Amino acid sequence: MAALTPGSRWASRVCTTEVIVVKGPGTDVDLTCGGAAMVAPGGAPTGAPDPAAADGTQLGKRYVDADETVEMLCTKPGDGSLAIGGSALDIKATKPLPASD
Amino acid sequence: MNLMMLLDMAASGFGDRTAVGTRDGGITYRRLFELANATARLLRDGDADHLAMVDTSSHALPVALFGAAWADRPFVPLNFRLPDDELGALLGRIAPAAVVVEPGSEDRLAPAGPADLFDRHVFLDRVADPSGRHGPASDWGYDGDAVAVLLFTSGTTGAPKAAVLRHRHLTSYILGSVEFMGAGEDEAALICVPPYHVAGLAAVLSNVYAGRRIVFMDAFDPAAWVATVRAESITSAMVVPTMLARIVDHLDDEGPDGPGLPSLRALSYGGGRMPQPVIERALHLLPEVGFVNAYGLTETSSTVALLGPEDHREAVASDDPEIRARLGSAGRPLPTVEVSIRDDRGEEVPVDTLGDIWVRGEQVSGEYRDQGSRLTADGWFPTNDGGRLDADGFLHVVGRIDDVIVKGGQNISPGDIEAVLHRHPGVVDAAAIGLPDVEWGERIVAAVVAPGPEAPTGEQLRDLVRSRLRSNRTPDHVEFVDELPYNETGKLLRRVLRRRLGHLGDPGP
Repeated sequence: MAALTPGSRWASRVCTTEVIVVKGPGTDVDLTCGGAAMVAPGGAPTGAPDPAAADGTQLGKRYVDADETVEMLCTKPGDGSLAIGGSALDIKATKPLPASD
Repeated sequence: MNLMMLLDMAASGFGDRTAVGTRDGGITYRRLFELANATARLLRDGDADHLAMVDTSSHALPVALFGAAWADRPFVPLNFRLPDDELGALLGRIAPAAVVVEPGSEDRLAPAGPADLFDRHVFLDRVADPSGRHGPASDWGYDGDAVAVLLFTSGTTGAPKAAVLRHRHLTSYILGSVEFMGAGEDEAALICVPPYHVAGLAAVLSNVYAGRRIVFMDAFDPAAWVATVRAESITSAMVVPTMLARIVDHLDDEGPDGPGLPSLRALSYGGGRMPQPVIERALHLLPEVGFVNAYGLTETSSTVALLGPEDHREAVASDDPEIRARLGSAGRPLPTVEVSIRDDRGEEVPVDTLGDIWVRGEQVSGEYRDQGSRLTADGWFPTNDGGRLDADGFLHVVGRIDDVIVKGGQNISPGDIEAVLHRHPGVVDAAAIGLPDVEWGERIVAAVVAPGPEAPTGEQLRDLVRSRLRSNRTPDHVEFVDELPYNETGKLLRRVLRRRLGHLGDPGP
């Protein structure tokens, strides 16, 4: 279980994926990557993602749950895919703003 | 959250792209990451707990900014134009500080006794040492509450205040407004705002995260600016209004068959009021360019509202005066920022009513060192800028709330009057201010620069304003002056003007 407070960082145990929470409920959530619970960064990944959760993560993309109560930024990409409570997270659709500075 | 996270992502996502400098001679994102690492080690080995910069813009700016973030030392860019004693006083407030200075100016700052003083070249040599050991990888902290940047802002009275921008403010701004690697490989941004201006720092962060090459220009000159856009195939640039006026003049002088600016796709402007005829001419001369007007403050981590390219095109093509007036607006708030207009009791005012602009959002700091936070209990920052929101949500900024003219109990925006004065072909520049008036509280005085043969009389200008605006907007007096006072980033110094023309008002109470 992961307490998803904004600014908290999480790493996959089965691939190189790392994320930082941009928006979160602050409560414990069943956050997985590649089918395995995500942990604090620092350790080296072992094994491989569950083939059912191996669509991969993309650097710099924002991932959200269905009702957008959780939003996380992928800071390191990997082979596993992100899920909360077994439901896959989606890439957030963003409307790019014109550059202002 | 740490600013280094942004550069780390850039270096791993597109490390071979040129980050800063010319197409052939610039440094890559990977190199910038290494130089930030070396800067962090230099700072950790020394006694300084701040990194200051007293210099014009160069690639030392992103190196120092990210290196300071890595070492958890606040980065403090200072205005190199300040007199020595004022610079020394500011350095005293952040002692012990390491300082990167413009080459040849070390002697200016030595009396202030900084912990370490580096000429820019010496600094870059030190961190570029190819034999340099690499420190532990990616060992910056992730505490978003750590202070990333201190920016001194000059108030109306007293010593400059140090606005505090924490890592979470600046990263929220970037994550909320910039798409990672959103720029194509051929894109390049020309930056000619100084490092001590929040827009100069925001430009570094935005363009690094977008993957857009940065080209710095340290002293603005319209001919050099145009030449650089052409030579470096610049695709986007940011200017202050006075710069745009001079660029437009320069392009005009080149004539209709001139080479134009074919590479330029986006031009943003901000930091002061833009005379409507200037932006209209610019839109006409550069029809392929997307114009962006941005409004923001130091305390809000740069932009909080913007008028985009489509808004510009729609406004200039419209016959509806309401839509056309959007050209003078700051556009709509960013999706991540709330804007509210309040009266002097802090109550929200109706649409189209002038009041104090309040903003709220994760990028909004509203905090000064030693003075604490200016945010309200529910997170709003009263900007002290006056403005109104129109029925379609466009924010019209009229400048500092103190600049709003209050005549006979009516709030009058100087900008509305100035926009009309600028319409006269003989008027080069104009400003409207309020001066004390025994009967009305304030009287409206227009200061007008009109040196040429088409110069109008004061009465003609009063008639012009009377024909366009409600009668209480008509200047009570028109004073012709040689020039208006501006600071170096193009902001009209109304305080100075009020002082110069003080004799035209009634004596104070």
